[in-house]
Amino acid sequence: MTLDYKPNIVLANDREYKVVGTRPVRHDGADKVTGLARYSADLNLPGMLYGKVLRSPHAHARINSIDTARAAALPGVRAIVTGADIVEPTGRASDLAEGAMINFKFLSNNIMAQDKALYKGHAIAAVAAVNAHVAEEALALIDVDYAVLPPVMHASDAMADGATLVHERLAALNTPATRAGGVLDDDDAAAGTNIANHFEFNMGSLDDGFAAAEIIVERSVQTSAVHQGYIEPHSGTAMWHDDGSLTIWSSSQGHFTVRDHTARLVGVPVSSVKAIPMEIGGGFGAKLAVYMEPLAALLARKCHAPVKVSMNRTEVFEATGPTSGTEIYCKIGATSDGKITAADVQMIFEAGAFPGSPVPGAANCVLAAYDIANTHIEGYDIVVNRPKTAAYRAPGSPAAAYCVEVALDELAEKLGIDPIDLRLMNSAKEGTRRPTGPLTPKVGYVETLEASKAHPHYTAPKDGKYRGRGFAAGFWGNNTGPSAAVAVVAPDGKVSLTEGSPDIGGTRASIAQQFAEVLGIPVEDVNPQIGDTDSIGFTSNTGGSSVTFKTGFAAYTAAQDVKQQMMSRAARIWEVTEDDVVFEDGVFTHRADDQLRLTFQQLAARQVPTGGPIVGRGGVNPGGAGPAIACHIVDVEVDVDTGKVEIIRYTAIQDAGKAIHPSYVEGQIQGGVVQGIGWALNEEYYINDQGHMVNSSFLDYRMPVSLDLPMIDTVIVEVDNPNHPYGVRGVGEVPIVPPMAAIANAIYDAIGVRLTVLPMNPGNVLEALWAKDGS
Amino acid sequence: MADVWIPPQMQRIVGTPERVQADGATVRQVINALETLHPGLKDLLYDAETDDVTPGLAVIVDGEVSQLGLIERVGPDSEMHFLPAIGGGA
Repeated sequence: MTLDYKPNIVLANDREYKVVGTRPVRHDGADKVTGLARYSADLNLPGMLYGKVLRSPHAHARINSIDTARAAALPGVRAIVTGADIVEPTGRASDLAEGAMINFKFLSNNIMAQDKALYKGHAIAAVAAVNAHVAEEALALIDVDYAVLPPVMHASDAMADGATLVHERLAALNTPATRAGGVLDDDDAAAGTNIANHFEFNMGSLDDGFAAAEIIVERSVQTSAVHQGYIEPHSGTAMWHDDGSLTIWSSSQGHFTVRDHTARLVGVPVSSVKAIPMEIGGGFGAKLAVYMEPLAALLARKCHAPVKVSMNRTEVFEATGPTSGTEIYCKIGATSDGKITAADVQMIFEAGAFPGSPVPGAANCVLAAYDIANTHIEGYDIVVNRPKTAAYRAPGSPAAAYCVEVALDELAEKLGIDPIDLRLMNSAKEGTRRPTGPLTPKVGYVETLEASKAHPHYTAPKDGKYRGRGFAAGFWGNNTGPSAAVAVVAPDGKVSLTEGSPDIGGTRASIAQQFAEVLGIPVEDVNPQIGDTDSIGFTSNTGGSSVTFKTGFAAYTAAQDVKQQMMSRAARIWEVTEDDVVFEDGVFTHRADDQLRLTFQQLAARQVPTGGPIVGRGGVNPGGAGPAIACHIVDVEVDVDTGKVEIIRYTAIQDAGKAIHPSYVEGQIQGGVVQGIGWALNEEYYINDQGHMVNSSFLDYRMPVSLDLPMIDTVIVEVDNPNHPYGVRGVGEVPIVPPMAAIANAIYDAIGVRLTVLPMNPGNVLEALWAKDGS
Repeated sequence: MADVWIPPQMQRIVGTPERVQADGATVRQVINALETLHPGLKDLLYDAETDDVTPGLAVIVDGEVSQLGLIERVGPDSEMHFLPAIGGGA
């Protein structure tokens, strides 16, 4: 059956709500479109100084000495910091609240180099001056004596015997427990390595699985490092107070992380640091890390004045974290009727200059959507002389899916089975054991695949020569973590809702909706705001597609607390017990006497004389985030003379659990797709033979703009997550997983060539065409 | 007894089978029981300095990533996994 779809629709579950599932105007919308919203670099304080960072011109060099005397003598210069000023903790690992691991020694060394510059753009020193021009001038007066070393830029080179070592004392760590690497003890005679981690997962028997296969497909792919490309560069402002406390203003994906990491690197207790979140102009994972804030704090402490340090676009490209370049191989076997019997995946991820690529995420996701009895997954985390990678939307999963989903397309072709049918035949379901071990929770893999197959796009005619259609699926596990929300009821019945999660995707609205739903009040009566680290309980990062799940849960809990307190007040006013009070649709009534009736607003007006202000609180650490699945259908047209690939039509189908605010779910899907299209067709870190990025501007680093793209149609499938009051599962990351494979499969359908290297830019497409033609 | 799945690398380092049956009502108790059965495992699973599960390691109990770490309840028929934790990005 073909369904009569219209663009951007919701295939809703059968749960009906009054506020949840609607599309109100976002609370912060007016400020953002009128320019009133304040981002990091908008902050200006009396007496504020401006910081600039001196960065390494070499991809790999030993720092023999740094002489700051000439710079310090420049009029207007107030402070200079180098690696000698930053706390360099031990190399032991610590947990981020979200579950990701951090090694503070490496974090410190990344923010400011110590004995070696490990990539071009690595911070060497920072200056604070009366204005940015004087600070820039001072940078040129800092004398650094470098001993230039040969860089190692690619994982294959870094893994070779006798390779140049990025860190002479990096320990080879071979357990999942120590994936982010570490440094050998001084008395450990073991040799250093560039292989920071190597791990594997086994399930069943590969030999048996491939022996049972009648058709086997092997595929190798390569992907380039790409950047998240957020509009707002990193910026941080710091001011010390006379009592020794520190205030930081910055935009981030977690101001508690800003607080905790800065405190650690400047050597003060976390209670001495207040991090104030500014509006964020995009993060996509990269603003989980701190860069500017500790430098601003160190400079501000030296010159006893507030200091703002901001990056320019080149610094963002060269000194923050892109995602990894990868080399991935897979081998998949199936019976002639389409049952996959075995899958073997090997993944090599470049971590950048410090350990910690997203290869574990790739391992967790790469085969998770499928029910395969015999699997082997192997991952390598490799350090190279590039900027330290950071998270980027579903970290690790897009590159992994590019390999496996292309291989599944080949398998379907060889089997003569429809690509969606092949996936349906092998789809994981609730209770399926994943290749990494745990059982699959409830999720809508099958429902999403079925919705894809029923979509008219999938069977629409492909008009025109060199046009092709591709399909791919993607998986992301989603994350959760601790979160807090506090609600203050005003006398007029409005509610101020303070939450701990920075809003990077419309979550003020989606969280306020969950709050309003409980109390039966209009979402416009809720004023959501992000609290600083002194004003709200610890909240883990805005990452892992977690906020609508975890902070929505916190808001739901705070609303329940408000409701309970107000029922108590109503009981007090009516001189009855709380059990006699019923609350429905924003109205409190007496169970047996419908003349006793108070609206939420009427009761709010009487809160003070009936017991004082009503403050609801929610502090949660919920489990069960629930995984996400996305299926994409794309039509392309290939210009065989120029190699240019044009996206003609794109439809993204995704399980959202419950779309609290469908417009923002659609926005997340469309944003992820667009980033994936850029990753697929254009984007790459173009590195010369000195290890320098030569396209570090938006002019040369080609990201898609609206003129490059058709409307991205979306279909939201709702399969409840049973672990959330409204059935939410995260939606922000998984839409970036399928595009590369879907587009590669569409190109194959159009011109009969498998593109196995990203980006599939005109040059690579033409080379593949010429290779096919033997010319 | 809980059914504990040991990651392949730990199997090799400590010499355990893929799955180990271990007693315990909490993750902490299970780790202690594992150490008795297979000395060396606790060093890989437990961080004494923070009195917590080793940084970077996620504990999955009955299919859900634990948010409570060592104090997470474990049932007599629970299934446990230790996997590398992953951070997110959107």
